[in-house]
Amino acid sequence: MPKVSSAPALEELRRDIESKRDPKKLCIALCSGTACVASGCQSVSDAFEQELDKQGLKGEIDFKRTGCHGFCERGPLVVIYPEEVCYTNVKAEDAQEIVKATKEKKTVERLLYVDPVTGKKIAREPDIPFYKNQQRFVFGPNRWIDPRSIEDYLFIGGYAALSKALFEMGPDKVLAEINKADLRGRGGGGFPAGKKWEETRNAPGEIKYVIVNCDEGDPGAYMDRSLMEGNPHSVLEGLIIGGFTIGSHQGFIYVRQEYPVACSNIEWAIKQAEEYGLLGNNILGSGFDFHVKVHRGAGAFVSGESSALMAAIEGKVGEPKLKYIHTAISGIKDRPSNLNNVETWANVPLIINKGSDWFRSIGSEGSKGTKIFSLVGKVNNTGLVEVPMGMTLRQIIYDIGGGIPGGKKFKGVQTGGPSGGIIPEQFLDTPIDFDELTKLGSMVGSGGMVIMDEDTCMVDTARYFIDFCCEESCGKCIPCREGLRVLREILTDITQGKGSEKDIETIEEVAQVMADASLCALGKTAASPVLTTLKYFGDEYEAHIKEKRCPAKVCSNLINYYIDPDKCEACMICMRNCPGEAIQGGKGIVHWIDQEKCTKCGMCYQLCPTKFSAIVKLSGEPVPAPVPGKAVARKKGG
Amino acid sequence: METSVSLEIDGKKVKAKEGATILQAAKAANIDIPTLCEHEKLAPYGACRICSVEVEKKGRSQVVVACGYPVEEGIKVKTRSPKIDKIRKVIIELIAPVLSNEGMGTIKTLASEYKADVSRFIPKFKATPTRCILCGKCVRYCSEVVFRNAIGFVGRGTGRRVVFFPDRAYAYCATCQQCFGVCPTGKIGSQTTGDVFSGFSIDDFISGKMS
Repeated sequence: MPKVSSAPALEELRRDIESKRDPKKLCIALCSGTACVASGCQSVSDAFEQELDKQGLKGEIDFKRTGCHGFCERGPLVVIYPEEVCYTNVKAEDAQEIVKATKEKKTVERLLYVDPVTGKKIAREPDIPFYKNQQRFVFGPNRWIDPRSIEDYLFIGGYAALSKALFEMGPDKVLAEINKADLRGRGGGGFPAGKKWEETRNAPGEIKYVIVNCDEGDPGAYMDRSLMEGNPHSVLEGLIIGGFTIGSHQGFIYVRQEYPVACSNIEWAIKQAEEYGLLGNNILGSGFDFHVKVHRGAGAFVSGESSALMAAIEGKVGEPKLKYIHTAISGIKDRPSNLNNVETWANVPLIINKGSDWFRSIGSEGSKGTKIFSLVGKVNNTGLVEVPMGMTLRQIIYDIGGGIPGGKKFKGVQTGGPSGGIIPEQFLDTPIDFDELTKLGSMVGSGGMVIMDEDTCMVDTARYFIDFCCEESCGKCIPCREGLRVLREILTDITQGKGSEKDIETIEEVAQVMADASLCALGKTAASPVLTTLKYFGDEYEAHIKEKRCPAKVCSNLINYYIDPDKCEACMICMRNCPGEAIQGGKGIVHWIDQEKCTKCGMCYQLCPTKFSAIVKLSGEPVPAPVPGKAVARKKGG
Repeated sequence: METSVSLEIDGKKVKAKEGATILQAAKAANIDIPTLCEHEKLAPYGACRICSVEVEKKGRSQVVVACGYPVEEGIKVKTRSPKIDKIRKVIIELIAPVLSNEGMGTIKTLASEYKADVSRFIPKFKATPTRCILCGKCVRYCSEVVFRNAIGFVGRGTGRRVVFFPDRAYAYCATCQQCFGVCPTGKIGSQTTGDVFSGFSIDDFISGKMS
């Protein structure tokens, strides 16, 4: 491939790619995002390849493995272009039927998505409510392209923004456009990206760096991963534009090692972009030189913090540094370094292509554009969603997410990962943007959204997040390290029924000192999950402490399993499977649990057939005395 | 010529060299700010946070550490305030459980100054007291002054600890021992015969018993 050496040459190449592609040609696209891989899409992929070969359709029907489409709950997903017919939960054995039907321009009815509300089958992907209620500008292209193909990216208009920035706009106009768009950082705090760019641009020093932060590590969040895996060129294009605007000739992409596909796809993308003359020396003949290195992170959550990430890139331990000077001015090797998150960079080409007015037309007053959220937990449609800022939690959870499974009641949503908080039901109609969530004591963070239902204990959830930070804090400063240690112990005590009323005061005092005095943002925000649960679910803490009761019946020290003698059919299932041999009784004799022996593993609760549902959890109430030797009252069929 | 900066510390007008830290400026003005991880020969580290002070700048107040915050024209520094005293009190209480009695020297003095209850969190401390507050003075002294890098941190979060690197420690430590003098709790000096930070003796490291 000879290097593309000018803007017209790039457009010519694009036309050339377009001319070789027939928009009416059938294409089977298999989602190969992380979740679909986990659901077995590799075997589905093999089956499609074989089937196309077997049916002699290799020239007639294209087959493509794309990045994540987002509807992870129903993966592996297959979409047939150009009609965009979507098949869900596809298995390898379905390949033959799909290939045959595709060739005959028919649909495989049984694999279509069924709307749970109307009961009707929906054929086209964009018509599925999960997708219909989204606005997928950043994440949407994932479903069209093979992440390993730069031609796919060029086909959908890739690198046009770079060309526009280089030849039509120049650094000043690009910066003005980003500033005007009011693009706020998608990685956490929502700091205006343009301001940050400007700071680095104006900072003294010849050598400057631009960096992509892909150290996503919040429990339940995987949007940066899916973007990096599914559309690496969009991130790269944004980064090159950023480098050009800021006056940097060296970019770094920090990707955590635990994301092997993201690492290899971005490395592949860099190689391709270099081959095409879109990266390296004299990009598109503009005279602008820009090089990119991928830094594989060693898997520390704290390395997502800017100074820690830059220390890691320098080859040091990824620990936050003591600095009262922005990394934008003094970062890697004390040189001006601009760090933005994956999603922020991916927004840049969009803004350049479509203009800041377009960008500003989407979103809320203070937060423009869209945001990708990772919708997980107790929600029907688990997956990645991209919505305009300002959409309400209710719309996201119910209209897109399809509500809570099993008819359970919504209890709270955890946003922003370990630095965020848990938002209760009363705020379901709050528009989601940077400022609104901060007001509630939480944050947008990088976009994790963990839905919790009535079976979730909030004290235990807070304990989980504190435990996470105990492992993931770097341990450098006392307030964070020792504060977390103390909070973990207090919360563990409370969940075990050993809490005292003074504990709440202690938690608040320690949390305040952590927020005021910790070295970095991890420590400053680590107590948020505790503080928000205390604020919104204070009664649960009280129940644990005063009544020794866990309202959600989760904390094993505070619950007892009990077999309702009127419901037990003496089927022996629980008895045989109890690892502690705590269940007494026998065939035809009502079972009962020896509370002394019970380890509260919950096995019996899981195994008791739903038609009996004889095992109940009790908390804060005495366990009724067993009636040993009682025969089953109702004889089946008798 | 060095530029000088005027600031206010606890209501007192103070002049300091540009680039100096608040701590240096305060010291020169005989204003006492407690420190644990600070050492004049070492780069500011900011781990103990005990030197936290309030800085008022353009009408906005924030908590910063005096050992690392560079002086700025016109800032007003408060080295004592209810907020600062609370921070110091809780920090002392949080760190006290890791110290055994012998290591309490400095902390005891600070505890009485800030009315900290050193036994407050002992019931919540489930690990063995290490007598090491992880201030990193030994690690940094070894690296920044002695240039040996024979000591370092391993682990993360609550599992962080200081270890000797066997090959280097074997080569240098017996004759050097400069870190003994910088340890605020006396932990490292007491280790010449007994157990080292992680519970293994330096001989174990050297003989390879500790993997």
